[in-house]
Amino acid sequence: MSQPTTEPPTSALDLAEEFLDRTTPLSRIRSTLHRYPAISPAIVLVLSVIVFGLLNDRFWNPANLSLITQQVAVVGTLAVAQTLIILTAGIDLSVGAVMVLSSMVMAQTTVQLGVPAVLGIFLGLVVGLAAGAFNGFLVTRLKLPPFIVTLGTLNIFVALTLLYSGGATIRGGEMPELLTWTGETFNIAGVNITIGVLMMLVLYIVIALILQKTAWGRHVYAVGDDPESARLAGIRVNRVLMSVYLAAGAILALGAWIQIGRSNAASPNAGADLNLDSITAVVIGGTSLFGGRGTVWGTLLGALIVGVFRNGLSLAGLDVLWQTFAVGVLIVLAVSIDQWIRKVRK
Amino acid sequence: MTDTIAPDAAGDAATETRTPILRARRLVKTFGRVVGLDGVSLELYPGEVLAVIGDNGAGKSTLIKCLTGAEIPDEGEIFLDGKPVHFKRPQDAHAAGIETVYQNLAVSPALDVAANLFLGREVRKKGILGSVFRVVDQKGMRQKAKDELKELGITTLQDVTVAVENLSGGQRQAVAVARAAAFGSKVVVLDEPTAALGVRESNQVLELIKNLRDRGIPVILISHNMPQVFDVADRIHIQRLGKRAATITPESHSMTDAVAIMTGAARA
Repeated sequence: MSQPTTEPPTSALDLAEEFLDRTTPLSRIRSTLHRYPAISPAIVLVLSVIVFGLLNDRFWNPANLSLITQQVAVVGTLAVAQTLIILTAGIDLSVGAVMVLSSMVMAQTTVQLGVPAVLGIFLGLVVGLAAGAFNGFLVTRLKLPPFIVTLGTLNIFVALTLLYSGGATIRGGEMPELLTWTGETFNIAGVNITIGVLMMLVLYIVIALILQKTAWGRHVYAVGDDPESARLAGIRVNRVLMSVYLAAGAILALGAWIQIGRSNAASPNAGADLNLDSITAVVIGGTSLFGGRGTVWGTLLGALIVGVFRNGLSLAGLDVLWQTFAVGVLIVLAVSIDQWIRKVRK
Repeated sequence: MTDTIAPDAAGDAATETRTPILRARRLVKTFGRVVGLDGVSLELYPGEVLAVIGDNGAGKSTLIKCLTGAEIPDEGEIFLDGKPVHFKRPQDAHAAGIETVYQNLAVSPALDVAANLFLGREVRKKGILGSVFRVVDQKGMRQKAKDELKELGITTLQDVTVAVENLSGGQRQAVAVARAAAFGSKVVVLDEPTAALGVRESNQVLELIKNLRDRGIPVILISHNMPQVFDVADRIHIQRLGKRAATITPESHSMTDAVAIMTGAARA
């Protein structure tokens, strides 16, 4: 295009521009990653599985693989809720606290008030929805930044949990069987899979389909991408945001049920790490903290990467602190890659 | 056609035999003590491109915002197809068939071309998948998007599955214009559509505007660019100090005349 000779058809020119845009291999990689943000976490997961498998034979042990999936189940479920919120350019620091509150309600209503298990789970769901509605109300009506809102509600929910439970843990043995059912295992190809892990996987499939196939899913992306554009296109931005926080609340209640089965108890102190761990999974999974870009599949990969790293490093005999160190490195790497990818945008 | 529809006092008089598709009568809008619109009238006739020009602060944007529901006028009436309308928000104008392409390109960068065209009015699949599970008809929408772009003569967007952020400025503008023009809209309003574009891309957008007119869709074009205005407009509404200074045509007046009226150096 250096010599403006005879003007070729515009479309050809545009094609030429596009072509010139991507001639270097690096920029081509970048635009591919841009289009499929789940590729980089997938590569990291495959590499880490290979490396840890070579480092220690026990890594491939069915019991160990089963353990990894179980360790991932709760944070993986919470991370789905977190993904939805981060896709709208928000963030939820209270996911773990809501999950614990919901699990305490499920356990206490059934054990202490003696309500039927189904009703107890339903009440836990109501609490999850109410917490989501509260966050959503503050974000959409009072127009407060989600970070501040959920920093506040995190403390509120933690306090409510302790007030409500009196700080006491309820053991699984006291609960109706339905509550701990999520911890039951069945066997696939020698690997024990819990009902909770299965529920998590079904949740991923359902949410992925909703995000891809429904108008609501597109609106979630559009709102996160550019809320003003979405509004001008006729999308009711606040309604979409509210529905996202409600959906997140429901997912957190599911996480509460899975958590009860996983730890065979309902403890008011269970979720402290989960608030940030869910964000870690989302970020490592390639979802952009700036909203509008990412997939739940990436989040699943992110959760698995964290699980595999923690497990592999501990099998390799490293200090627990090195696990945390490694996860920190992963986060910084993931965000750097996201920034680099986003430079495609002119 | 009358060359000059002189100031707003006389603006109410029926100087045209055609009925305007969109008509504003004596709009007044004040912001505190600042008078944005001081009794402005405007008529848009079927199948024409009406340019709105004026200096900064002349009330162009306020006028357009009133017509598209982004602002509510204090006084005055707006008629669409002869019927009075009262827009409270942009969605109302949108629903009535007035589509606006905003200066800042209201597109969603991460979504593809087809998804952007249908954003906020997605088509669902037929049958239980669509009605119960609310699954969108991706294939159908992509096909319709292709047809729509072809009909509008937009050749620069061959692939409707490309994310909008990978497009050039002109192509993005084409997406925004196509969205406004598609789906049987009655009036398309373009706010400085070429402000951020290069020469070649501007020309594509101007071609697009002419295409819209040829399809019978009336266009209101807000622009600072005199050559462009004189290239595409059938009539030119000149806004000055919150009032309509004149409505001229490219044939009746030269660019210099238009600028003179705009700045108050000459009377219409």
